[in-house]
Amino acid sequence: MQFMLLFSRQGKLRLQKWYVPLSDKERKKISRDLVQTILARKPKMCSFLEWRDLKIVYKRYASLYFCCAVEDQDNELITLEIIHRYVELLDKYFGSVCELDIIFNFEKAYFILDEFLLGGEAQETSKKNVLKAIEQADLLQEVSSFAVDRFSAH
Amino acid sequence: MSDVVEKTLTALPSLLSLDSQPGSAKLSSTSKLGNLIRGITELTSKHEEEKLIQCELSSIKEQVSSPNTTMMKELMVRTIYCEMLGYEASFSYIHAIKLAQQGSVLEKRVGYLAVSLFLNESHELLLLLVNTVLKDLQSTNLIEVCMALTVVSQMFPKDMIPAILPLVEEKLNHPKEIIRRKAVLALYKFYLIAPNQVQHIHNKFRKALCDKDPGVMTASLHIYLQMIQENPEGYKDLTASFVTILKQVVGGKLPMDFNYHSVPAPWLQIQLLRILSLLGKNDQSTSEIMHEVLDESLRRAEMNHNITYAILYECVKCVYTIHPKSELLEKAAKCIGNFVLSPKINLKYLGLKALTYVVQQDPKLALQHQMTIIECLDHPDLIIKRETLELLFRITNAQNVTVIVEKMLEFLRISKDDHTTIDLVGKVAELAEKYPSNHYTYAPDNEWFIETMNTVFSVGGDMMQPDIPNSFLKLLSEGFDSVEEDRKLRLFAVNSYISLLRGEPGKLPQRFLQVISWVLGEYSHLRADLEPALVLRLLAKLLDMKNCSSETKSWVLTAMTKLCEGGSGVSVAQQVSETYGSSLDTVLRQRAQELQHLSQDSELRARVLPRGAGLDRSLTYCHNLVQVDSSLSFLDGFVSEALAAGAAPYKPPHQRQEELAGTKALSLEPYGLSLPISMSSCITDRQSPTLLSMSSGLSATLKLDGVKRVWGREGYLSQKEPVEEPAQVEVPSPLRSPSQQGEADSFHSQTPSLTPTPESDQEKQQLASSLFVGLGSQSSVCLMGKSEPTTQRFRRKAKGHSTASSTSEQVSNSVISPPSTVDNLLCNNLLDSNITSELAVSSPQLTSRLSQGLAATNGTCDTDTELPESDRKESKPAVIRDSYVVAADPAPHEDPDRPKDLALSSHLPAELSELSHSEITHLCTNQNLELSVCHVQKEDSLLLIVFISNSSDSAVQQILVCLFSGVLFGEEAFTCWCDVVGIVSLLISRVCCRPLTVSTEEYGTMWLAFSHDTKQNLTLISDGQEPLTATLNVLKRRLQLHVVEIIGMEGIVACRLLQDQPCLMHCRVHAGTLAVWLRSPIPDLPDCLIYHCQRALQGH
Repeated sequence: MQFMLLFSRQGKLRLQKWYVPLSDKERKKISRDLVQTILARKPKMCSFLEWRDLKIVYKRYASLYFCCAVEDQDNELITLEIIHRYVELLDKYFGSVCELDIIFNFEKAYFILDEFLLGGEAQETSKKNVLKAIEQADLLQEVSSFAVDRFSAH
Repeated sequence: MSDVVEKTLTALPSLLSLDSQPGSAKLSSTSKLGNLIRGITELTSKHEEEKLIQCELSSIKEQVSSPNTTMMKELMVRTIYCEMLGYEASFSYIHAIKLAQQGSVLEKRVGYLAVSLFLNESHELLLLLVNTVLKDLQSTNLIEVCMALTVVSQMFPKDMIPAILPLVEEKLNHPKEIIRRKAVLALYKFYLIAPNQVQHIHNKFRKALCDKDPGVMTASLHIYLQMIQENPEGYKDLTASFVTILKQVVGGKLPMDFNYHSVPAPWLQIQLLRILSLLGKNDQSTSEIMHEVLDESLRRAEMNHNITYAILYECVKCVYTIHPKSELLEKAAKCIGNFVLSPKINLKYLGLKALTYVVQQDPKLALQHQMTIIECLDHPDLIIKRETLELLFRITNAQNVTVIVEKMLEFLRISKDDHTTIDLVGKVAELAEKYPSNHYTYAPDNEWFIETMNTVFSVGGDMMQPDIPNSFLKLLSEGFDSVEEDRKLRLFAVNSYISLLRGEPGKLPQRFLQVISWVLGEYSHLRADLEPALVLRLLAKLLDMKNCSSETKSWVLTAMTKLCEGGSGVSVAQQVSETYGSSLDTVLRQRAQELQHLSQDSELRARVLPRGAGLDRSLTYCHNLVQVDSSLSFLDGFVSEALAAGAAPYKPPHQRQEELAGTKALSLEPYGLSLPISMSSCITDRQSPTLLSMSSGLSATLKLDGVKRVWGREGYLSQKEPVEEPAQVEVPSPLRSPSQQGEADSFHSQTPSLTPTPESDQEKQQLASSLFVGLGSQSSVCLMGKSEPTTQRFRRKAKGHSTASSTSEQVSNSVISPPSTVDNLLCNNLLDSNITSELAVSSPQLTSRLSQGLAATNGTCDTDTELPESDRKESKPAVIRDSYVVAADPAPHEDPDRPKDLALSSHLPAELSELSHSEITHLCTNQNLELSVCHVQKEDSLLLIVFISNSSDSAVQQILVCLFSGVLFGEEAFTCWCDVVGIVSLLISRVCCRPLTVSTEEYGTMWLAFSHDTKQNLTLISDGQEPLTATLNVLKRRLQLHVVEIIGMEGIVACRLLQDQPCLMHCRVHAGTLAVWLRSPIPDLPDCLIYHCQRALQGH
């Protein structure tokens, strides 16, 4: 996967993760272009797009669009499922996720994403395991020194 | 599950408006980030937002710099938010790194996150992170190790990999699987950015593949997929393992954790299928190992869920990629059918994609789904339409090309995406050139071709690939088989362009205008009723247009120069040349000057631009008369004078740029002090300024001049018939007989219709029959896209094959087929034709006569002669003067250990035995005779010695040798030399060259004296030494050239064929290649030598 973007129906970027080295300017141009293109598409249309030499896979969940760019030979359907699994993870973590959760806790959303996808490849597809890893790290945040000991001993 | 998610998300708008709603959002809404976010949502204009963020950023900036901030984590999160909104906060990057380095564990986490979001691989600040990562990798805290590995797998400076590689490797043995998994992914990242850095740990990858944790194993597959993509051969031994893994996965042997919507480990399955398809491609035995598991996968994936379709799709691709098995193909085809017919649009799209992928192998599949395809062609979603066109592109043949191209053009007119336009325009042009007319139906023809190209040019505009207009003009100028057809096509083009210019030329793209002006300049005289003055006026109108680029203007002026002739045309030309004669653009000024002079001097014009010379085939003989002096040696005197008068020596553009860039110091004194300045300038500048300006109009943008030379010393050159035309393979396109056609039609009408209304249905049927014509019959496979043999009428003619390369073909032929070699060797102009010797016609006859002879006697009776030195033309310095045919008689029971060479060399004539001879090369054998050859270099000639030896047990009484030669050796026939080289020298490549020992001064004088020159780039060899010296040494060794002198980055080299047939080489290292200029009094020698140089360097 080359990058992943989350944006709202109003075109506001909520999350962006780039797995290929691009300059700031290019990133901005790409996300602007894509947000425009995708928002212009009608609901019943295909979830896949050819864009430059990339394949864009996107899906809308309520007011949020999840959009991934993969290479041409990659499997579009499995990419769609990656998006879906990510939404499931967010949902489980936040408990009925909504856009506001992602806005206000976007760093958490990033942590989950990093635990799920690493370097653009699915790293851990088990919902349970991803959340376990996140919770362990989160635990540190609550009672840090105690948790470190406990987790290390674990 | 997804329903639940969607429901909760749907409730969101209400949440947005009411902040007091319960939920996790409420917790953070009191934080500073919360305030910021709410502040932004309340704003109405972009401008206000900007102000707010700038204010926010400056306050953050202030706080992060204070020494003891406890808010760092919070500040960093806010900065990330601002960056995401598109505001730069580069001041914070260094603080992010600091936070990752110094913070507590939870601060570290945010620090690492900020680093991975702010920086990219090439950012210089990333170097500062290396130490932190090193420290964390060694930490005893698992979380810290995890964080370090996570950031490393996302980005790491390439050069610093060795610093942390041992630590990451170590982690492969870590007891926790999550650490092992992340370590594998980090290594994958390293492999992607610097494969050679991890070369030595390939065995560790294997270990990861065998890890007891399926997650770690899955991670290692990423590396394997990559490695197998690059080198499938190296991993065939793993096929069975991959198959076993897949079998276990499909069989549900993995822990439930890996299930996704009750499908076992789909990501793993897809990864394995991709690997298998790479391994099984073009490999029957490997493919057979995987047939069973593929069948199993196809069978198991039954559930109606996206994830099973994802697996099925990958499976189908795999089945069609590996060595085919009919059973599997059948099932896969059915799957594709399900995809195509699915009401779900995503699946339909993938179905089309799969069809596109397989249609080359299985065109019938497209026939089966033709009605669906037709429907998709009218689909409101452009992406579906686009994919359908892609599919149609692959099934295009001579019969359906018009319809398909029409559909593509239709799409082009509505598409707004540049990338798509460029791609499609290229495809249309490709199809149009491939099937410009149909020999059978006569439906698409010249008109269609020109009109299609017109659309391509106007729609593609200035975005399209520049080779489209180039090849179009090339096709137009080279023409095809029939002169009359060519004339018609060109005439049609002229008519079409005239009417375009009469319309609204302002709307046409620049590239199109350039094409138009070139065509009108060349061919408008074909239309007898067209006044040149009229064309001139139309062209002149283009010059006045505001948006006409200066490049286009120079095309137009060139065209006008070709057309201005007598009458009112001259006055138009004069007017134009006056306007542009003082243009600031030097190219335009040059053009205008040419126009002015040539329009006034009709005699000169007639010489420079002979009427119709570009076209008339009967004038081809002109070519032999016109000699191109590309070195412009006639200007040498002028140049020397100017230099003597103190003018600066000319420097070619690349040299000037070098000088400006100051990257390389220019050697200002090329060949020592003794060399006259004028000479040095001539050596370095093969391309004199005049030549540049003459050709720039055409060659600067359209590389036409690489194809043929348009201008010569005698003026405009008529079109040259290529010396050698590739054998035309006429593969008739499989036209259906009427009965077949009928069958096809009836087949179409049997297809169940999917649309209710009869009229539209009928329309679609019609469309279907026109689209899918020519598919499905046995022979149609050859019609499919790429594998198409040459039914092209616009065959690209072979680029002026150098004689040398054609010779090599000849030789390779002769090497392959021994029987014909004898013919070739004897029949080709190996030896002087006026050798009057015995005759035989060809080897079969030779053999038969031999056997007769053998039957007759049975004694040891070695015969025939050493041929007397043939009567030769004394006056000519022949490359090969003397021909010896030595009939040797190896004793019938020869000692097998005795080297043949020795045996043969003892038969060399006495007067030659003292001279060194080359290795004796064996040419060919039949059951009775062996033919070998070697050469001896005498001072004034090259002797070819052909050994004919009896390889049978019986004695030979009489050998009849016949030597054919079509061409006389000597000064006029270089081809002859070349042919000899073809036979002999390519086998012994250095045969004909000898070193020419000259001093630098002598070299200088000779360089000036010769005119023919050639320029070529050669690859440099670098094996430790300085590349120039290394390369020249190879040439010296292989081709026996004499290296006269090497100064800095330049070197001069000399060699000769015979006494007075030298060839001089001037080499210069430039931009990683060796630019070589060659001069020689023998016209073709440089070309030939360059060819040998290339071979010598390749072979090195």
